Amino acid sequence: MTANGWIQIALFSAIVIALTRPLGGYMTRVFAGERTFLWPLLRPVERAVYWCCGVDEKEEQHWLTYGVAILFFSIAGFATLYALQRLQWYLPFNPQGQTGVAPDLAFNTSVSFITNTNWQAYGGETTMGYLVQMAGLTVHNFVSAATGIAMALALIRGFVRREARSIGNFWVDLTRCTLYILLPISVVFALVLVWQGVPQNLGAYTEATTLEGAKQIIAQGPAASQEIIKELGTNGGGFFNANSAHPFENPNAVTNLIELVAIFAIGAGLTNVLGRMVRDERQGWAIFAVMGVLFLAGVAICYNSEAHGNPAVAAYDIDSAPSAAQAGGNMEGKEVRFGPALSALWATVTTDTSCGAVNSMHDSYLPVGGMIPLVNMQLGEVIFGGVGSGLYGILAFAIVAMFVAGLMVGRTPEYLGKKLEAKEVKMTILALLSLPLSILGWTALAVVLPAGLGGIANAGPHGFSEILYAYTEGTANNGSAFAGLSANTLFYNTTIAAAMLIGRFIFAIPMLAVAGSLAQKKSLPPSAGTFPTHSPQFVGLLVGVILIIGGLIYFPAVSLGPVTEQVAMNQGKLYAGP
Amino acid sequence: MLKQIRPAILMIVVMTVITGFVYPLGMTGLAQLIFPHQANGSLIEKDGKVIGSRLIGQNFTSDKYFHPRPSATTEPDPKDPTKTIPVPYAADNSGGSNLGPTNKALIDRVKGDAAKLAKENPGTPIPVDLVTTSGSGLDPDITPAAALFQVPRVAKARHLDPEKLRALVDQQTHDPLLGIIGEKRVNVLELNLALDQLH
Repeated sequence: MTANGWIQIALFSAIVIALTRPLGGYMTRVFAGERTFLWPLLRPVERAVYWCCGVDEKEEQHWLTYGVAILFFSIAGFATLYALQRLQWYLPFNPQGQTGVAPDLAFNTSVSFITNTNWQAYGGETTMGYLVQMAGLTVHNFVSAATGIAMALALIRGFVRREARSIGNFWVDLTRCTLYILLPISVVFALVLVWQGVPQNLGAYTEATTLEGAKQIIAQGPAASQEIIKELGTNGGGFFNANSAHPFENPNAVTNLIELVAIFAIGAGLTNVLGRMVRDERQGWAIFAVMGVLFLAGVAICYNSEAHGNPAVAAYDIDSAPSAAQAGGNMEGKEVRFGPALSALWATVTTDTSCGAVNSMHDSYLPVGGMIPLVNMQLGEVIFGGVGSGLYGILAFAIVAMFVAGLMVGRTPEYLGKKLEAKEVKMTILALLSLPLSILGWTALAVVLPAGLGGIANAGPHGFSEILYAYTEGTANNGSAFAGLSANTLFYNTTIAAAMLIGRFIFAIPMLAVAGSLAQKKSLPPSAGTFPTHSPQFVGLLVGVILIIGGLIYFPAVSLGPVTEQVAMNQGKLYAGP
Repeated sequence: MLKQIRPAILMIVVMTVITGFVYPLGMTGLAQLIFPHQANGSLIEKDGKVIGSRLIGQNFTSDKYFHPRPSATTEPDPKDPTKTIPVPYAADNSGGSNLGPTNKALIDRVKGDAAKLAKENPGTPIPVDLVTTSGSGLDPDITPAAALFQVPRVAKARHLDPEKLRALVDQQTHDPLLGIIGEKRVNVLELNLALDQLH
């Protein structure tokens, strides 16, 4: 590890901390429907959207209606995205003449984008025409992110409202989030990305004749407009196959920093939204602290792993040590402009959140380095998390933590002024258990079926890690990959799509039920017996609960993959063939 | 409940218009107006012909040029489109090797490349980026260490003073922004263009 690497990680963290409060304040005002500086420009657009869609912005929804609205919206989005992919050959904005996407791949991609997963079983530049990229994928980058944020808002309202039957209006939350938050930030930073070299054009691919006279076809397209929302909405589906490792998506360390901050910004800001809405910002900072501790632990372990070279190549006089002329480390699958520090930081940030973008190939990480992204996702992606989903995910863990604390002292648990009773705890446990059921269940199925084993690209424990990673990212709605796995098959396209649907809806619907149930309750004033949930003890308890639940569930599976591989690597063992 | 079907469908249509057409097309217009060079891929022309992009690595094999990193990109096999063949720096199909750290194929490849490199500069440890493929397969950069490693070969092929080449590498090295953000790197295409200018 180098001092410069750590300085860059510190700089990134400082920017995120500095943005949390201003962004949280702005978002709180937007969600409450208050005037903001963009009001004169965007309020007429907002009203026009409601008018077109027949939405009454004053109408409030019961949690079931709210959930049904999300489901119908997701189904409508699925249908249009599926149709666009299948029919792209007949539609405009397709200068490369990409043909219709195969049914199973189109199904997988549609599910993937409506669930904010953005897994790439496809290769962007070889599969998708510009119309699908813009009117299909970019749209879902916006609205699936806004849907996640809406669900988090609904849960916060459950804590805030007293004896209420409703938790907000999904259509209003969706529209405000898209228009006032996601769109303006995207417009500004898409231009910055273009300035730094990310292409934004509608032309066909460029044919170049290289200095040595060879032919090189350079893929192009409207990349910048998609790149920024891909990060800001923690989506992660790349315009190009290599995602943010591609120099056109992420040309230099400045774009890398902007994209990294974009990934964390809204998730961090939402902790402050929570604090402001419950009228105690310390509650938000406590959640922020839990996330911050887990983030720093992950990045330290991952960076330490990747800063070392692969011991198996040391014998061939390969220099992997950092010096004035190179950063060294394990450079397989990494870009020179990022080196081990920015690659490890990116891998951690994108899996703490549900942003499955990659700027290096996780499949080629050393075993412990690759274990960090895997474990981050298995912990439920609650470390800042997917926009919205991270917040309602960590609130689920907070409910469990308070339940555990309540059991220890023999008192009915409370959180943020609401009593947590059997119904809330049951629903939360249902949500939390749906994730390992999907991850471990599908993995177990894939490793005993020839169709599953046929996809692996690396033999030995690493092959198991590839499969475990695929179902983990699918269930966690991440979209990151151990990309060696040949996932564009009927088996993987359908089973991973099923995992994505479980991870999104079987998790979110019980949490909406919790929101609805909490909203109906009275609010209790804190008493002498109330466990203070803005205290360091709470932070420690919540970190402990997250790690213990994650550890109990996933330790055996992780042992079979990365842990076994690390031991094998240390003993100099290699595995031949897939 | 069924009342939500109509807004669901209309909302997808409206959002597609706003975020799927107005936004990307508007950004394309603005980008073409303000930053046309970058918006069109930072292309480099020589004698009126496009020779590549500043941001996209291209393959060099001649001893007279500095070489980029190995690349794992592929193209469909012209004889059998269901298979792929290795085509380094295929800028229309980006991707990495995805070889795991304990995969024998990775270690064998490194061993083979290292044996070749050791011949051109015996006794010098080989910088790790010269024997590893990048994530995109299109990495435009190498480390200064990797450029300096290749100086003896290029100097011999061009009958140039190695000191002059070392100075050129130094001049072509991009430092991190403000000395902090990013890593030191040398853009191979720019370095080779500057090299051709030396004569």
